[in-house]
Amino acid sequence: MSNIGAIDGHDAHHDDDHHHGPAKGITRWIYTTNHKDIGSLYLWFSLAMFLLGGTFALVIRLELFQPGLQFVEPNFFNQMTTMHGLIMVFGAVMPAFVGLANWMIPMMIGAPDMALPRMNNWSFWILPFAFTMLASTLLMEAGAPNFGWTFYAPLSTTYAPETVTFFIFAVHMMGASSIMGSINIIATIQNLRAPGMTYMKMPLFVWTWLITAYLLLAVMPVLAGVVTMMLFDVHFGTSFFNAAGGGDPVLFQHVFWFFGHPEVYIMILPAFGVISEIISTFSRKRLFGYDSMVYATSSIAFLSFIVWAHHMFTTGMPLAGELFFMYATMLIAVPTGVKVFNWISTMFKGSITFETPMLFAIAFVVLFTMGGFTGLMLAIAPADFQYHDTYFVVAHFHYVLVPGSVFSIMAAVYYWLPKWTGNMYDETLGKLHFWLSFVGINILFFPQHFLGLAGMPRRIPDYALQFADFNMVSSIGGFLFGFSQLLFVFVVIKCVRGGKKASAEVWEGSHGLEWTVPSPAPYHTFTTPPPIAENAHARVETKGDV
Amino acid sequence: MATDNSNSTYETYYVPESSKFPIWASLGLSLFMIGLANALNGIKSGDGAGGATIVAILGFAILGTVLFNWFATSIRENHQGLPSAQLKRSYVLGMYWFIFSEVMFFAAFFGALFYVRQWAVPWLGGEGGRGSSNILWPGFEAVWPVIANPSDALFVPPHESMEWRGWGEALGYLPMWNTIILLSSSVTVHFAHAGLKNNNRKQLIGWLSLTVLLGVVFIFLQAEEYIEAYQELGLTLDSGIYGSTFFLLTGFHGFHVTLGAFMLSVMLARSIKGHFKPEDHFGFEAASWYWHFVDVVWVCLFFFVYLY
Repeated sequence: MSNIGAIDGHDAHHDDDHHHGPAKGITRWIYTTNHKDIGSLYLWFSLAMFLLGGTFALVIRLELFQPGLQFVEPNFFNQMTTMHGLIMVFGAVMPAFVGLANWMIPMMIGAPDMALPRMNNWSFWILPFAFTMLASTLLMEAGAPNFGWTFYAPLSTTYAPETVTFFIFAVHMMGASSIMGSINIIATIQNLRAPGMTYMKMPLFVWTWLITAYLLLAVMPVLAGVVTMMLFDVHFGTSFFNAAGGGDPVLFQHVFWFFGHPEVYIMILPAFGVISEIISTFSRKRLFGYDSMVYATSSIAFLSFIVWAHHMFTTGMPLAGELFFMYATMLIAVPTGVKVFNWISTMFKGSITFETPMLFAIAFVVLFTMGGFTGLMLAIAPADFQYHDTYFVVAHFHYVLVPGSVFSIMAAVYYWLPKWTGNMYDETLGKLHFWLSFVGINILFFPQHFLGLAGMPRRIPDYALQFADFNMVSSIGGFLFGFSQLLFVFVVIKCVRGGKKASAEVWEGSHGLEWTVPSPAPYHTFTTPPPIAENAHARVETKGDV
Repeated sequence: MATDNSNSTYETYYVPESSKFPIWASLGLSLFMIGLANALNGIKSGDGAGGATIVAILGFAILGTVLFNWFATSIRENHQGLPSAQLKRSYVLGMYWFIFSEVMFFAAFFGALFYVRQWAVPWLGGEGGRGSSNILWPGFEAVWPVIANPSDALFVPPHESMEWRGWGEALGYLPMWNTIILLSSSVTVHFAHAGLKNNNRKQLIGWLSLTVLLGVVFIFLQAEEYIEAYQELGLTLDSGIYGSTFFLLTGFHGFHVTLGAFMLSVMLARSIKGHFKPEDHFGFEAASWYWHFVDVVWVCLFFFVYLY
């Protein structure tokens, strides 16, 4: 093994020359320390996981197309819901945002690369191994984890299939990846901003990621802790989640949701950043209320730590707990409302054009707000007793995650693809992709609100006859949305392979450091810091603004 | 460093061109995890661990070798003067936030302890009119430490806990000695640091050796304590919630002490080899921060697990 060190040390000798391009062949991607390469790796990986998790979702929708058991066994159905959730949360949404962070943060703050480039590569390369291990459980005799992505004890301990052990270690590995990734992002933002790039001049995407990275650092270790308790309950006879030994299954839910609720914001705060960039660009105005956006994001992050038990209203908490978590949850509507107000005010009297990223961004604002409102309904403890574990909850969190997080990722990809590839994507196909996704997603998830209110439980492969019509509609929407994403893959690949050349500025209303470098962005940008004052993103007046 | 950029007042931030470490480290980590998972499942199903143990050991060896070379490379780069002051700040921030994540890891287990003591166990004893446990386990009385479990058949309880036994038995109470040892070691590592800053190599090596020694004694005494728990008190991992929280909290702490002592011995070896300068010794500082961190965790442990 010592030759590894020798070769690496060898590389260190010719480091002075920072301006040669990427290495040739596959090793470029495996050994790379370049933030743009690693960003691309994250994004491609996330796309692959998105399609895999999406396939699982289509299995679910296929089974639910009609009442009765058609295609899969109930146990396999449970494996599908579990794997769909795990892969979408940890494999698709989170890595996509880390990929965007890798690509954009160094360019946005005028840094030469991420702060710790080798560790950056490690953060990525753990993921394919972890997800291969997780996905391989589908092929094992005991079957994949079947206890839901929230893996509540005792389903995930006493009654778990033996593959739970692989699941636990996969989560440990993802956690290590996330912790290293967030350390890198924090160190980059704290330490590598170009002189003059003060905190309050940073683009909002950088701000939201800084706060997200703190959330990750605070809660991924707690996730590691809770799966470790599971591991010991399963293999070493401890009784954390077993009341017969003095423990409590509800303890699992407390520890899990202490991670899980901030996790929800980990998946949405970077989206807020993306949307803030895009709406400002295509409205040709500065972002309205930059400072309040920063404070609102921070407030949401703070509140995310004191609302976790709103996922547990029906566990029999004391009344004081129900009330505290209900009111604390409702408080989140205030900073979120500030953000929505600011996005709309940014568009107000702007000269708006509707390119694909802007279409996704506007759909985000409308549909995410709807998901937020159903969140408020769920926050009301007595009402939640009715909604709990129904399709209403499924509809709620898919509205914030799909037209929320996923739409923002797609908006970001369309927005920055010309910068990454040097080519414009096909605008007509992009718009077609948007409209198919927009229509598909609403046909898919809107009826689920009614199903839930009428009492259809989640994670069930069969249902009563009165739910049949809405389920059929929902499944049709699901397949429409699912297959539309193949168009997205096509547009991205087409753009990577060629197209109309993009200018450095790309978009008429764009401002920020990333638009000052050529398209495609050179392999190394800002080896020494760029001057900031005239480029500063958020707060400096540019001609014709406002 | 000279660059072709006009803005030459800034040092170049060293970005290594490429590295083989991460992919090998990922491979080692995966083999370790796959081997461990298969071994645990094998043992549980009664088939035994078999060859999975070898996979786990191989994975761990690869991971260890890679990390060794990775750190060695960073040290070599530092000796070559590649990292700018700015890059060194990145290392400092990296260590700082890594320790923060470790704090949160322990927070999960402390949180579990508080929840169990404050709510779960009293409710099992019937407090607050929560009657279900009175039907399942009518005789269970809520006291901490839990010496009689709700189901003594499923979870055979300990005869005695590890709680503070009063001043009369203080001299034979290992956790108290461990507290004294660990607190002193935080002081000795500080003296070693002072020696390093004053360019007094003898003081550095002497106090650092003493610190490592104290760390090893701590681990030894904790092993003694575990033997006493298993053999004399019947306090085991599967003896109910008291044993669960006790062993996971003290066990993970002990694991971190081991890691910290290992880090400090690496620093000791490096000090003997003549590494570190009074103004440039972040490797040492990082290890000593980590040591102070495990010390603080122990103080919390001693208070909440043993005394209170």
